[in-house]
Amino acid sequence: MSLVFRLVAQRIALGILLLLAISVLIFAGTQILPGDVAQAILGQSATPESLANLREQLGLNDPAYIRYFHWLGGVLTGDLGTAMSSGQDIATSIKGRLWNTLFLAFWAAIVAVPLAIILGLIAVRHRNGWVDKLISGLALASTSFPEFFIGYVLVYFFAVKWQIFPAISTVYDGMPFGERMQAIALPGTALTLGVLAHMMRMTRAAILNVMQSVYVETAELKGLSAFNVIRKHAFPNAIAPIINVVMLNLAYLIVGVVVVEVIFVYPGMGQYLVDHVTKRDVPVVQAVGLIFAAVYISLNIIADIAAIIANPRLRHPK
Amino acid sequence: MMADSKAKPGLLLDIRNLRIEATVYPPGEAPKTITLVHDVSLTLEKGKVLGLIGESGAGKSTIGLSSMGYGRGGVRITGGEVILNGRDILKGGKEGFRKLRGREVCYVAQSAAAAFNPAHRLMDQVVEATLLHGTATRAEAEKRAVALFKKLGLPNPETIGQRFPHQVSGGQLQRVMTAMALCSEPDLIVFDEPTTALDVTTQIGVLAAIKDAIRDTHVAALYITHDLAVVAQVSNEIMVLRHGRVVEWGGTRQIIKEPRQEYTNALVSVHEIEHQEQKPGATPLLSVRNVTAAYGGGHVKVLKNVSVDIFPGQTLAVVGESGSGKSTLARAITGLLPPEQGTVTFDGRPLGNKLADRPKEDLRQLQMIYQMADVAMNPRQTVGTIIGRPLEFYFGMKGRERDKRVAELLDEIEMGKGFIDRYPAELSGGQKQRVCIARSLAAKPKLIICDEVTSALDLLVANGILKLLLNLQQHEKVAYLFITHDFATVKSIADSIAVMYRGEVVRYGSKSKVLMPPFDPYTDLLLSSVPEMRPGWLDEIRDSVTTDVAKMAEMSDERIRLASGR
Amino acid sequence: MLDIKRIPIPALIGLILTALFVLAAIFAPWIAPYGNGEIVGDVWGPMSATHWLGTDNLGRDLLSRMIYGARVTLFIAVLATALSFSLGAILGFSAAVFGGWFDTLMSRLVDLLMSIPTLIMGLVVLSVLPTNLVTLILVMGILDSTRVYRLSRAVAVDINVMDFVEAAKLRGEGSMWIIFREILPNALSPLVSELGLRFIYAVLFLSTLSFLGLGVQPPSADWGGMVKENKDGIVFGIAAALIPAAAIAMLAISVNLVADWVLNRTTSLKGGRG
Repeated sequence: MSLVFRLVAQRIALGILLLLAISVLIFAGTQILPGDVAQAILGQSATPESLANLREQLGLNDPAYIRYFHWLGGVLTGDLGTAMSSGQDIATSIKGRLWNTLFLAFWAAIVAVPLAIILGLIAVRHRNGWVDKLISGLALASTSFPEFFIGYVLVYFFAVKWQIFPAISTVYDGMPFGERMQAIALPGTALTLGVLAHMMRMTRAAILNVMQSVYVETAELKGLSAFNVIRKHAFPNAIAPIINVVMLNLAYLIVGVVVVEVIFVYPGMGQYLVDHVTKRDVPVVQAVGLIFAAVYISLNIIADIAAIIANPRLRHPK
Repeated sequence: MMADSKAKPGLLLDIRNLRIEATVYPPGEAPKTITLVHDVSLTLEKGKVLGLIGESGAGKSTIGLSSMGYGRGGVRITGGEVILNGRDILKGGKEGFRKLRGREVCYVAQSAAAAFNPAHRLMDQVVEATLLHGTATRAEAEKRAVALFKKLGLPNPETIGQRFPHQVSGGQLQRVMTAMALCSEPDLIVFDEPTTALDVTTQIGVLAAIKDAIRDTHVAALYITHDLAVVAQVSNEIMVLRHGRVVEWGGTRQIIKEPRQEYTNALVSVHEIEHQEQKPGATPLLSVRNVTAAYGGGHVKVLKNVSVDIFPGQTLAVVGESGSGKSTLARAITGLLPPEQGTVTFDGRPLGNKLADRPKEDLRQLQMIYQMADVAMNPRQTVGTIIGRPLEFYFGMKGRERDKRVAELLDEIEMGKGFIDRYPAELSGGQKQRVCIARSLAAKPKLIICDEVTSALDLLVANGILKLLLNLQQHEKVAYLFITHDFATVKSIADSIAVMYRGEVVRYGSKSKVLMPPFDPYTDLLLSSVPEMRPGWLDEIRDSVTTDVAKMAEMSDERIRLASGR
Repeated sequence: MLDIKRIPIPALIGLILTALFVLAAIFAPWIAPYGNGEIVGDVWGPMSATHWLGTDNLGRDLLSRMIYGARVTLFIAVLATALSFSLGAILGFSAAVFGGWFDTLMSRLVDLLMSIPTLIMGLVVLSVLPTNLVTLILVMGILDSTRVYRLSRAVAVDINVMDFVEAAKLRGEGSMWIIFREILPNALSPLVSELGLRFIYAVLFLSTLSFLGLGVQPPSADWGGMVKENKDGIVFGIAAALIPAAAIAMLAISVNLVADWVLNRTTSLKGGRG
């Protein structure tokens, strides 16, 4: 068990290191690139005096590394700074939005993950049959569809033509759960469709890979039924790759959130980010970018840890 | 052919006019159906062992699996009957197959390491079939398994079942797999090349264990292998197969001693190549002195203080098992793995340590042929380019002159200039290896390093390659450093021999000297482990050399454990 | 040689559609019935004989806008793909063949860049850079070259350890021969198929950026930008925004079909030539 523990600890430490490196990258990406933030905010017609004032106010005259540590120190103590465009505290504005985004992503995942695994199993069961071909076709289509195509087709039919769900997903504090679910029905569906086919295809590949191993043949030659071969011999070895598939797709879902929130005008992190990129509000972009990166990296760490724990070679070393 | 055996009492398996087909999907072409087994009939009595022997593509595994109603991939039985214990199992359908597999017929695969599920403990897998078919309680089955572990010479038989597959060595896993097959007390076991993946000193222990287990449990067996000498030790009868057809079927002694078919005769006499040993010359062509080499920045020593000589126009065979360092020696000589200490002298001058330090002329004089011919040639180059490049590179030959020389070389390897525009994928395994030989000859080298050049090939094809190499040596006066794990090959071609064990040369000298007793313990074990092509060899060797199978097994497993550095 | 009759139907459809899109992009001024910015009718006019796809949010002919939009979309996507591909492939091959510190440095940098979603990194960078075509192409190309780098490095590493490459090294061949004559011919097939996938990704990435208002700026518009222009019509039941969105999907599917076919008809390294 100690070997597993050591590997998991190593993986988490590596993840934290990676996150630090990412914070440097995000900071460098917004501060050291040729665009001057003050110039960008005030535009070409700004007077030299106002530019100098703003630079002073933003601390742009300090060396970059000092500004970085200042920023990082703030982030670690929960102070994400102030938005330039509105003067509001970023941490306060983000809190509700982060919760909204996680709520949406959570329900999309709750639907997409089991559905993808079940459909993946069906595809394996009927491999090379029409069900399998249909799934491959859908996967091809879904990797080719931009999120807004799926999103607006849903709006056009479900919100405008048939008027079942709202086209704009307005949510507010204290909104009853049922109404909230109705509001996220369309964006949730768009997100689910975006990852479903891909996840299905990857699940299928992961299970097929295990099904082709020699030990599955050994089990068949012991007289086990097809169901028991899968349950006792294929499944325990397919867990780790399937968890990996799920985590990869959840990470993808996080990106999909950005576009879907804009389509449905959903008050989450994605829309907040896009709004402030347009306004060139650098502190907000840095903060939100870092949060997205942290979620993405955490999902990848979970996938790796699952793979470590599921590996009998590591659980029972020689 | 055996007489019609329908009337015989005690008949266990009766396969009649079996026909097996498969659908293949060649890339870019329409799928087509090929016939793997044509009209094969055989019978097996209770408690007897029938050896199925043949080269790759003979259909021996396919026939073996058909006795369980199983076909790999797109393989299916399209004709004939498989009568087991008096009923045609092909009529039983899926449900019938399930009841028979793991109860009446069990299977032992070639690679036990892949055949065990990595996620479960050995004991759970060993008793699984017994419990599934309800022939014993768990306690009974486990007791039976422990007894079998003991019989098969496994260390710690009481506790080894609690281990996971990756915690046990390859030779031991093969024994556990045999125990797994015996545990449900079947009537028939299909052994599919059970010792082929093992080193020769490990093989003998496993083979003896299997033989004892078959004798004591009175189970019948189909023993599938490509190695006649192995099958001669365990079977009562032998069936020789080729291209899915029966060539010859008879008692073991008759097949080995008085083969009636030409093909069987060729298989039996395959190792009888005559090569007169040459006396070493005055000055060696290549001289390796006290070479030490390591991987991973000096952490894993793989060659320790190795010294050997090769004389012009002669063959030094370097023989050893996996992990002995024999291929590393080749890498050290070629400069791919620069030695940490020691020198390599070639034709009187020292060779550069690293590849980059060597002049083109040294590179030309020293050529190499690989084990896997199909990855040793660029799949996107024609045979003409492959053989022509050294001509162009070393001698500046161009155009017609080059083509003429390529055609000559193709003649020398007995292929002919018709192959000049072919791609490697269009050649057979033997032809590929011949092209690799031609490529090395094109450089007009003084020494060719042959790294297991025949071990990936079928017996008769390998034999052809060895004969070709000996012929070329006479004409071209080229010396060989011949690396192999197979003592039979060594005897056929060597002038001198170096035996390697865990990175060291443990015995070295002329062929006659090395093969003459008294032996050091390792060479003794190695030599006595090579199966000889006569029935009864295994029983004799066990009585004379190492009486205790379990002890011998432990010895070889321990050795492997040490050699692999774990 | 290639025989048209032996191309499977899906791949043939993909090839024909891709060719049509490319032709429309090249000959846009001659094919388009109206000018790109020309206001020719009512806002969001219906489909009719004069305006096959109707008119857009400003009363411009949607078909003409689509044809000009193909030009912008393909132009940027092709350049970004070319950049990501040449950058990624050259660095990936060099890392595989030369190894050492160069390989380590490049690989760690790529790991770092790939540990954040491309869209998020793109948005962060675009928040400070001037919005113009050059920036867009550079950002798209550089961010995407990480994937090409990984693939070409992996392919080249695989080939580099094969015996035929070792044989060439033992013969004394130089790096040039080894890269161009031994490795490249065997790496071409997976790379060509990847080229298709990278192109699709570039089209989708560009469309997404434009849709978010951070890509191509008005009055010029790619298909993603046209979705943004017309999206407000959806709630009134006007499907104008769906047409450019569908065009993006169709282009992506077509290229996907072709790439799939290229990948399938190339046999494995051991299996010889494809």
